[in-house]
Amino acid sequence: MEELDGEPAVTVIPGVNSKKKQMCFDWGPGEMLVCETSFSKKEKSEMVPSCPFIYIIRKDVDVYSQILRKLFNESHGIFLGLQRIDEELTGKSRKSQLVRVSKNYRSVIRACMEEMHQVAIAAKDPASGRQFSSQVSILSAMELIWNLCEILFIEVAPAGHLLLHLLDWVRLHVCEVDSLSADVLGSENPSNHGSFWNLVTILVLQGRLDEARQMLSKEADASPASAGICRIMGDLMRTMPILSPGNTQTLTELELKWQHWHEECERYLQDSTFATNPHLESLLKIMLGDEAALLEQKELLSNWYHFLVTRLLYSNPTVKPIDLHYYAQSSLDLFLGGESSPEPLDNILLAAFEFDIHQVIKECSIALSNWWFVAHLTDLLDHCKLLQSHNLYFGSNMREFLLLEYASGLFAHPSLWQLGVDYFDYCPKLGRVSLELHIERIPLNTEQKALKVLRICEQRQMTEQVRSICKILAMKAVRNNRLGSALSWSIRAKDAAFATLVSDRFLRDYCERGCFSDLDLIDNLGPAMMLSDRLTFLGKYREFHHMYGEKRFADAASLLLSLMTSRIAPRSFWMTLLTDALPLLEQKQVIFSAEQTYELMQCLEDLTSRRPVRGESDIQQLQDEDIETTKVEMLRLALARNLARAIIREGSLEGS
Amino acid sequence: MEEIYAKFVSQKISKTRWRPLPPGSLQTAETFATGSWDNEENYVSLWSIGDFGNLDSDGGFEGDHQLLCDIRHHGDVMDLQFFDQERIVTASSTGCVTVFLHHPNNQTLSVNQQWTTAHYHAGPGSPSYSSAPCTGVVCNNPEIVTVGEDGRINLFRADHKEAVRTIDNADSSTLHSVTFLRTPEILTVNSIGQLKIWDFRQQGNEPSQILSLTGDRVPLHCVDRHPNQQHVVATGGQDGMLSIWDVRQGTMPVSLLKAHEAEMWEVHFHPSNPDHLFTCSEDGSLWHWDASTDVPEKSSLFHQGGRSSTFLSHSISNQANVHQSVISSWLSTDPAKDRIEITSLLPSRSLSVNSLDVLGPCLVCGTDAEAIYVTRHLFS
Repeated sequence: MEELDGEPAVTVIPGVNSKKKQMCFDWGPGEMLVCETSFSKKEKSEMVPSCPFIYIIRKDVDVYSQILRKLFNESHGIFLGLQRIDEELTGKSRKSQLVRVSKNYRSVIRACMEEMHQVAIAAKDPASGRQFSSQVSILSAMELIWNLCEILFIEVAPAGHLLLHLLDWVRLHVCEVDSLSADVLGSENPSNHGSFWNLVTILVLQGRLDEARQMLSKEADASPASAGICRIMGDLMRTMPILSPGNTQTLTELELKWQHWHEECERYLQDSTFATNPHLESLLKIMLGDEAALLEQKELLSNWYHFLVTRLLYSNPTVKPIDLHYYAQSSLDLFLGGESSPEPLDNILLAAFEFDIHQVIKECSIALSNWWFVAHLTDLLDHCKLLQSHNLYFGSNMREFLLLEYASGLFAHPSLWQLGVDYFDYCPKLGRVSLELHIERIPLNTEQKALKVLRICEQRQMTEQVRSICKILAMKAVRNNRLGSALSWSIRAKDAAFATLVSDRFLRDYCERGCFSDLDLIDNLGPAMMLSDRLTFLGKYREFHHMYGEKRFADAASLLLSLMTSRIAPRSFWMTLLTDALPLLEQKQVIFSAEQTYELMQCLEDLTSRRPVRGESDIQQLQDEDIETTKVEMLRLALARNLARAIIREGSLEGS
Repeated sequence: MEEIYAKFVSQKISKTRWRPLPPGSLQTAETFATGSWDNEENYVSLWSIGDFGNLDSDGGFEGDHQLLCDIRHHGDVMDLQFFDQERIVTASSTGCVTVFLHHPNNQTLSVNQQWTTAHYHAGPGSPSYSSAPCTGVVCNNPEIVTVGEDGRINLFRADHKEAVRTIDNADSSTLHSVTFLRTPEILTVNSIGQLKIWDFRQQGNEPSQILSLTGDRVPLHCVDRHPNQQHVVATGGQDGMLSIWDVRQGTMPVSLLKAHEAEMWEVHFHPSNPDHLFTCSEDGSLWHWDASTDVPEKSSLFHQGGRSSTFLSHSISNQANVHQSVISSWLSTDPAKDRIEITSLLPSRSLSVNSLDVLGPCLVCGTDAEAIYVTRHLFS
């Protein structure tokens, strides 16, 4: 066992007095049952009123959020798309595909976040509003982490480009500037607006120098006195060398140019060109990468990773990926300044800057309240072939472990189980077993739902589960007296024993009522009839009725006889069959040949000789036996008469 | 089909239906109803795809559908039909049939009428009743016909408290769907591959005609009648096959078309353009079948997802001497001459498409992936 990474969180169950009473629990998939026992904690038992409830504790509560359901459903499609990405694809095309997938995931998170935000604003009571707001911040953190992972692990941007990506990352997540900008520009006199210089500073901090320049030109227009220095500052901003995506400039060229520009800035500082305007002076210091000047803008930077990126932009724009962790750590230390300790999010980001994927996933698993994030991120990173070496000391690899956890959570939900199926499919080691265990536990309240579950099982050749589901449905149908349905289900399950049972019910009903129910089914059995002997008999017996109805007496007679001689008919049913033969024996023309009549007689004798001899019997039984005896007598008479006619007929036919 | 809008709605959608347009109206469809299934709480919801002008500015883009109102529904919504402009009839997995009334003034839905135990199982030999899911409902003002897993057919009339007519044990297996053939005849399909025609003028509980697939007893899940030629009927089965039937002749389908890879949940002829047919399936696909025969060289135009449809036709040779113009394009089954163009309408496959509806140039469908797709330019 590895040691624990943190103290497990304590969940307090309202109403349960764990101080006084002992508690008991039982694990379920994704849920836990908890209740109080009657044992108290100490031997001295004082009478404490006990809690009469059993509690269901769910660990994955996010699954139950209405808005997050959209995230689960939409990302399910993306997940499937990712699994289908051709393994053959290599190099650039593969990378661009993976980046696209990652962006899709992020856009789904963003969509959810925006909706959650709307709901939080519209929430009537403050408690639920707070809850939604906290969800928004969780989603926002998820997107932030994901985006950084995308830049560092999937995009794997080289030096130079790396910083451009990081700038985009910061701009995307520190977005208060847009509303501020709208506010300032919307005012009558922008340069007199209270937040004007804040806005310009933020724009410079985010490296949005073109916009900053435009702002400065407004200031220049408003106060002619400072127009000159504003223009100089504007020129500095314009000439700052940057790597543009389409440019073929080499890194060394860029570094050289940047060095020149940096020296120029330095000169302006030494000349005290901007001394008359403290705002511009501080801007210049920022552009020189002065750490103290940057830290003065703590409020505007709002977090250490913004500080990190700005610091890199103005001091080392061609930073190499391997050097990132050094800058990250020092930026974090400088920014927090020993005043506060880093929070989980800081640790996760720091781990990412250190390129420690496992640490990122581990910290996320601990910090986040759902498995969605880690499962999908890990899966994506696995597709980038970044996790091969890591095997857990139990079960399977980390990707599979997290996917299994996530999918089990989905199965615990009453309606999201369909999504879970596909996740299990892509877990090569334990997915199948997990699916088998989960799928049998889905409550089947309608046939349509059962059909959907069956389709899932049949597509995966899970014959055992198919049989058990069909059996459940067949049993249900029998209980509801729907014999036709029951038979259909047992045919689908190829369950011979159950088909026999249902066929017996049909025959019993026939004996009681003298007519068959559910003819539409029995008459259309087709090849399914061969499933069990009893079912074959049922089908054939109905065929006999048909022939008889169509007055095809000879065919009917031989079928009837073959049912007995082939021993397909259950012995208990022979008397009924023989009675059915009676009208055939009494027809005007001879139907049973002499030989057939002998066989019929044989059957009758078989039946009567094996009849158990009863001892004491009540009146009802006596009456029954009386009827039976009369029947046998009548049969014997009819058989004898038919035999006589048949012999005469056959004799005369041969003679002529 | 570039313009297909998806919206995730946090509930698995079992049924989608357009609200019928008032007769003589030249508008296009803009309101549809959906029913959900397999949730802890199920809902019947009304949606609008109309333009909300102001919504376009704050993120809601044109074509996105907005929720008008919804109401709790007890049990899964197994089927859903508009009775008229304001009323919606639903079939529940609890065996209950409900009529909901839409109040356009304050955008609410309310229960207008309810038959709580329309479908039930009678226990063996005991008077104990347990409810049976109602699987299908069809309306033809003022009549409502429902079928269920109990093999029962009910004929209700709006504003009548009791069923006007009930056929107990109409089917030994589960009835999956029902449609009107021509009043007062209805058509049902069941789980052993049979199509039965019932005439309410006849007493007794025997169908007036039984048609069936041969041998295999593949369950049929959906049925739709050609809007103009009432003898032409399309059904979809568990194996995803599309069958076209001519109920005037024979007891077997005229043609069997290999279609989806899993259960076909719904089939619909286009109501005003019946050479077009739409099907959806458990395999997550939604197909548009175009049998209008005026395009030559169709085989080259087959889109992704649409495989060349193989005709396993029981060709009816005597069709040749019937006047050509009256033959529905669905009954002529000369594979060399007529090809059907099939287009897959949904971009990527995932979970089951449970329901679809077409009206004019508009199509709506709902899926188990909790998304509703709408397009307003079907024939562009």
